[in-house]
Amino acid sequence: MKALYLIIPLAPLVGALVAGLFGRAVGRAGAHWATILSVAISFAASCVVFADVLNGNSFNGNLYTWVTVGGEAGSTALSIGFQIDRLSALMMVVVTFVSLMVHVYTIGYMADDPGYQRFFAYISLFTFSMLMLVMANNFLQLFFGWEAVGLVSYLLIGFWYTRESAIYANLKAFLVNRVGDFGFILGIALVLANFGTLDYQEVFSKAPALSSAGAMTLICILLFVGAMGKSAQFPLHVWLPDSMEGPTPISALIHAATMVTAGIFMVARMSPLYELSATARSVVLVIGAITALFMALVALTQYDIKRVVAYSTLSQLGYMTAALGASAYSAGMFHLVTHAFFKALLFLAAGSVIIALHHEQDMRRMGGLRKYMPITYWTMVIGAISSAGIPGFAGFFSKDAMIEALKESHTPGALFGYLCLVSCVFVTATYTFRMLFMAFHGAPRFDASHPPHESPAVVTVPLVLLAIPSVVAGYYVGPVVFGDFFGGALPRAEGEFHGVVAYMLHGLMSLPFWLALAGIATAWMLYLKKPDLAKRVAKAFGPLYALVERKYGFDELYSWLFAGGARSVGKGFWRGGDQTVIDGLMVNGSARVVGWFSGVIRLVQSGLVNQYAVAMLIGVLILTFWFWHK
Amino acid sequence: MMFLSLAIWVPILAGVLVLALGGDRRAPLQRQVALAGSILGFLVTIPLYAKFELGSAGMQFVELAPWIESFNINYHLGVDGISVLFILLNSFITVTVVIAGWTVIESRVGQYLAAFLILSGLLNGVFAALDAVLFYVFFEATLIPMFIIIGIWGGPNRVYAAVKFFLYTLFGSLLMLVALLYLYNSSGGSFSILDWYKLPLSLTAQVLLFFGMLFAFAVKVPMWPVHTWLPDAHTEAPTGGSVVLAAILLKLGAYGFVRFTLPILPDASRELAWLMIALSLIAVAYIGLVALVQTDMKRLIAYSSISHMGFVTLGFFIFNAYGVEGALVQSISHGFVSAALFFCVGVLYDRMHTRMISDYGGVVNTMPRFAALMMLFAMANSGLPATSGFVGEFMVIMGAMRANFWLAFVAATTLVWGAAYTLWMYKRVMFGAVANGHVAVLKDLNGREIAVLGSLAVAVLFMGVYPLPFTEVMHASVSELLRHVAASKL
Repeated sequence: MKALYLIIPLAPLVGALVAGLFGRAVGRAGAHWATILSVAISFAASCVVFADVLNGNSFNGNLYTWVTVGGEAGSTALSIGFQIDRLSALMMVVVTFVSLMVHVYTIGYMADDPGYQRFFAYISLFTFSMLMLVMANNFLQLFFGWEAVGLVSYLLIGFWYTRESAIYANLKAFLVNRVGDFGFILGIALVLANFGTLDYQEVFSKAPALSSAGAMTLICILLFVGAMGKSAQFPLHVWLPDSMEGPTPISALIHAATMVTAGIFMVARMSPLYELSATARSVVLVIGAITALFMALVALTQYDIKRVVAYSTLSQLGYMTAALGASAYSAGMFHLVTHAFFKALLFLAAGSVIIALHHEQDMRRMGGLRKYMPITYWTMVIGAISSAGIPGFAGFFSKDAMIEALKESHTPGALFGYLCLVSCVFVTATYTFRMLFMAFHGAPRFDASHPPHESPAVVTVPLVLLAIPSVVAGYYVGPVVFGDFFGGALPRAEGEFHGVVAYMLHGLMSLPFWLALAGIATAWMLYLKKPDLAKRVAKAFGPLYALVERKYGFDELYSWLFAGGARSVGKGFWRGGDQTVIDGLMVNGSARVVGWFSGVIRLVQSGLVNQYAVAMLIGVLILTFWFWHK
Repeated sequence: MMFLSLAIWVPILAGVLVLALGGDRRAPLQRQVALAGSILGFLVTIPLYAKFELGSAGMQFVELAPWIESFNINYHLGVDGISVLFILLNSFITVTVVIAGWTVIESRVGQYLAAFLILSGLLNGVFAALDAVLFYVFFEATLIPMFIIIGIWGGPNRVYAAVKFFLYTLFGSLLMLVALLYLYNSSGGSFSILDWYKLPLSLTAQVLLFFGMLFAFAVKVPMWPVHTWLPDAHTEAPTGGSVVLAAILLKLGAYGFVRFTLPILPDASRELAWLMIALSLIAVAYIGLVALVQTDMKRLIAYSSISHMGFVTLGFFIFNAYGVEGALVQSISHGFVSAALFFCVGVLYDRMHTRMISDYGGVVNTMPRFAALMMLFAMANSGLPATSGFVGEFMVIMGAMRANFWLAFVAATTLVWGAAYTLWMYKRVMFGAVANGHVAVLKDLNGREIAVLGSLAVAVLFMGVYPLPFTEVMHASVSELLRHVAASKL
């Protein structure tokens, strides 16, 4: 089994190296076969490990010692190692499955791209990094994976590096993430300073004995700042919508299904620490709730199909975060899994539309596609229903579990969170079906001379394969959320569960379901029945609508305050500090003082004998006077 | 075997031999001799690591012979876990510099190569010397070849830069000479550095000596505010000069702190640690912001060097193992990364004859291999995990947190600055559409350039993925050093 643990991350790494370093030699087909095969191996091995873990086995051990640090009390070692339990095994299966689907899909989506091999190298490298992140048994490796997925995300957002908007977006994504990592590394440093180790299990066992509650709160909040960057939580959310500059397959894989959920996974992994600080949980909950509602509102105003899905992702991540804050770790993780399926599906379906329309992303130039692309249409319908949270579909089960948890939670701020999340159900249904109606229903608005056609099998098969778990994954809600699926990895959720049918019946009678229906009806009304009504509504809200449409102005604020501010301060230090004061005043200044001084001295060294004679005479007179006077 | 003497004299003799071969008519032969000499010089340092005894804190490979007996000055060499890695780093970098200068330098080839070989031997001498006068002679002698390298093969403003470099550092060293003579007197006539570790000194004396040495070492590092010679020296120096300057010469200052200041003046070091920490943190944050607004690539990397060296001095003066070992690791890593970045600028400069960021854009389109390698080094400079740049920064931040939350807080801002100035430069130079006709006709790396950058890439990745071999050798010596710092000498 240990060999299998190693194969899981290393296979994609080998695939990435083959496609990346020998891309020219192996050619296009070689690159996609090598990487797809390696990820398929990784997926199969993950399934075996998952089955093994379900049988009650687990593993926690080190691979090698990364570094040792000396000191009076002997050296301490920081290692690279794996912790394989229910939590990490579940993530491994989800990551490798979605990654495999995206690999296959890429054959179709990137068919004409000159950077074909490079793209496969990147997504395999991503899979390796993400697996190292979820399999880690210590904070150091977590940070390794954390930064590595950030690097690949950076490379992929800027994949089309000649586009100015893409290379702006990737720099922005990296830097905003770095702000999060700044908090994250401080949190890790505090862990090391307080517990003397970075090993999860050792830290968790020592944590309850930590005398200062303030220190634990600080650790948890700092770690969460990292999660805010990676999982794009308010106010570090600004990079994710721009990340849509990358090719669609990676929007699905990295910026929806896996990487952005790393923050959620991390907080769940650290649940023993978060359970020790209600203050930190409260912060997590409120941030998550704000993100969920306010980002969903932005989705209502966007016309770029990928951006709608991106804001939807932000909002759904907010749901998960809020659930974590309410101590509903298993519900949050469950939503992470169902969301991975239905959101990857929505993205890939959107991508299918985009290629069919020759890279058109504006929904105002779509419409009526349902007849041309039936498979894409029906799979997207499944994704949309799941996303809206209609009973029977995966998204319902996980979302309902989170909302119920918020309702019952005692974390300070839970009521606020509950209100945000419940009202967000309406918004979610509205924007999702707005997208569906605008793209697939109504009159065609695209260029009729190039009618779109259904995408090839490499694109539609992954859609179908993702549509299946977007429905059925929800039926595991009993054991995963309310049972002891996660074993000792997560605290067990409270709440009663009387079977899937009872759960759905209860769902049909509760508020969120009716809100979702209302949302769908609203979308139908505004975008199909009376399309001009939408504009009138927008006009009625006037400045409020404009504020939401401009994403509350965060982009402008940040670029003025941080990017502009840092440049101005830097320029001030450079021109004022370095050039004027240090070089001008002190360095060249002291040279000038020496020069001036020697200039004065030089006046005396005139070489004129009569001047010397006068000086001597004056000197003699002074000396005589001085001695005589004495 | 006298490995340390070999490490010093093999490159120097090779340099003399290259000079003896004559003028530019013999350039091809001179290049081959220089390459052979530098490789041999590197090979003789390998036993220093291979045969290094891990558990021992004492000096190893010791050589002792009288030099000027009337003043009790000795040819006394030895290395411990702190100095041994610097010798290997220096000898390795020398090989890359010789290869990189192969066709780029067209006039006075022999003299150019000889200057680097001799410099390499002298630098090894600084790291190996255990006698203060011997140390001082090597320390000062390194100025001469570097002065010549900048002054002859440098850019248009080379004379200003060379003189500024020379005066700055010479002024610092003269104060150090006074300090060394004072120690000679109070120790009853010994120049042995190790004897001085045991020398009791009053706090006043320690503080005065501290400032005497501080200036010499602070200028070399360089620490804020005595750093302004470095951007000028770097921009005017030829590529090889910048590489050695950043990779090795700056480390002399860092090395001075751990070889002299901390163990000889522990009480003053503890008393004045706040000052050193403050200056280091200013270097990290202030210089990080200054780097952001640079328009000249070399100047930007020079400022980045200062900012990274701030981590080194910070690590030394928080007095714990994470800090000191992290600082030493950072020194080594910076040797690889800054060298690589200056080589990268050199690659571009050789083709375009400009260092201005605005003259570039879209280089990735015509030089994809170069872009991939430079991306690696840019990431290492931003401190990305699995590159060497991460290891030292990480350890120093961990150490700083043990000392004080706010120290770690300011230090960790480098995660943002480092990424910001490095990747913003990368974006403007490498990404985007082809900016102009010059970029459109650029040729990708040749074999020699791949050899140089490739070997540095291997070093950067290896050290990032598996830094254990680098810290293992330090433990005993660093523990010993920390014991010296903790014990009062009053």
